[in-house]
Amino acid sequence: MRSDTYAPTTYRILIGKPGLDGHDRGAKVVARALRDAGFEVIYSGLHQTPEALVQTAIQEDVDGIGLSILSGAHNTLMPRVVELLRDEGADDIFVFGGGIIPDDDIPQLKAAGVAEIFTPGTATSTIIDFVRGTCDKKYGRSDSGDP
Amino acid sequence: MKDALDHQILAGNTRAAARLMRLIDDRHPAAPDILAGLFPHTGDAYVIGITGNPGSGKSTLVNQLITEFRSRNDTVGCIAVDPTSPFSGGAILGDRVRMQDHAGDDGVFIRSVATRGHLGGLSRSTPAMVQVMDAMGFDVILIETVGVGQDEIEIVRLADTSLVVMVPGLGDDIQADKAGLMEIADVFVLNKSDRPAISQLRRQLQTMLSLHHQTSPDDTYRRPPLINTNALTGDGIDALVGAIDDHRLHLDEILDPQRRFQHRCAHLVRAIARTELEQRFHSACHSPDFDELIDQVADGRLDPYSAAQRLAATMLR
Repeated sequence: MRSDTYAPTTYRILIGKPGLDGHDRGAKVVARALRDAGFEVIYSGLHQTPEALVQTAIQEDVDGIGLSILSGAHNTLMPRVVELLRDEGADDIFVFGGGIIPDDDIPQLKAAGVAEIFTPGTATSTIIDFVRGTCDKKYGRSDSGDP
Repeated sequence: MKDALDHQILAGNTRAAARLMRLIDDRHPAAPDILAGLFPHTGDAYVIGITGNPGSGKSTLVNQLITEFRSRNDTVGCIAVDPTSPFSGGAILGDRVRMQDHAGDDGVFIRSVATRGHLGGLSRSTPAMVQVMDAMGFDVILIETVGVGQDEIEIVRLADTSLVVMVPGLGDDIQADKAGLMEIADVFVLNKSDRPAISQLRRQLQTMLSLHHQTSPDDTYRRPPLINTNALTGDGIDALVGAIDDHRLHLDEILDPQRRFQHRCAHLVRAIARTELEQRFHSACHSPDFDELIDQVADGRLDPYSAAQRLAATMLR
């Protein structure tokens, strides 16, 4: 669906935990930071499949999906989410990721369509700026208006 | 945008419906026209409201109810409302965390909604979102309110059956006699029934209900049943769905479908008009005329009561 005639008043983001790791402190910190920056954040809960996350993203009409993975399965799970979004014609929803992700893996994740990867030590303000900037660009807003 | 969206929604397209819900939430000017086109296709869904204190187990209960309705092949829409931060305008919508059992089921559409400053337990957009799910053909629509305290009872006008979820240990029997939430239940759900204090809670509610019956005689009054559940294990969910069915039959007896539809229309028109008035109020309070009015009050040239009357008059112009 084209979004060019529409600019939302509030940006919506899904924070998802795909796969089998149960470490969601990081996901919750990012969700909370985005909330405090004025975003509506849907949190998926643990142990989601890429299919379930894409279904959720579509039902919730989110602008982007943040994937938190600390299990080492990022090379499989992150590109899979991007691929499923494409299959659903929903590739206007951007995907970003965070977790324990080796620097060497980042280029191939970006090549697979993941917009950005945030590794441990990233300031939450960096993540907020990225998410807001990407949403603004999506709706053709040049400066950073209210989300 | 309009034609495309309403056709897609009537054809059951989730993406189009999800987008319209966002237009509604954002009060986009295109939304009312699209909704008007959907209206003739609504009225068939059965709407169930779930309300109760924060942490009483509403989301977990909704998860179990979805399972039960799905086992009868009913399709289920769910609108889960969570609060918006009054400081940042942001929200964390976490009800889906408890509803994971239905991930991947196309017969279930869950939408998380933030209150965006609206009081009453719902968002301003909830009535219109129900319309969208109704037009899509969902058999049952579950609305989970924000965790409410005592007076957030807007759900009762929107739902056919209202469930009030109670848990043991939150207060003594005077709480049960207070007005508001306790008066709107069609069914009381006594959740966390494995807790020892559950029998005390049951007694308190029974006492409260027997007094109600003596002091407010009414032909159509039906004493709400008390259903023990354990939403984590699923104990009592079949009895709960049975109680919802009974209430549905009761409604059929006291009100014919035409009258019920009329009630629903009345609520919808009121809700739409209220949103319109709120919008006008908001613009009226952010206009040069408003600043001028306030200057007059501050200078002692006008009293606040007359100023408010003038402000109200400009809204209706």
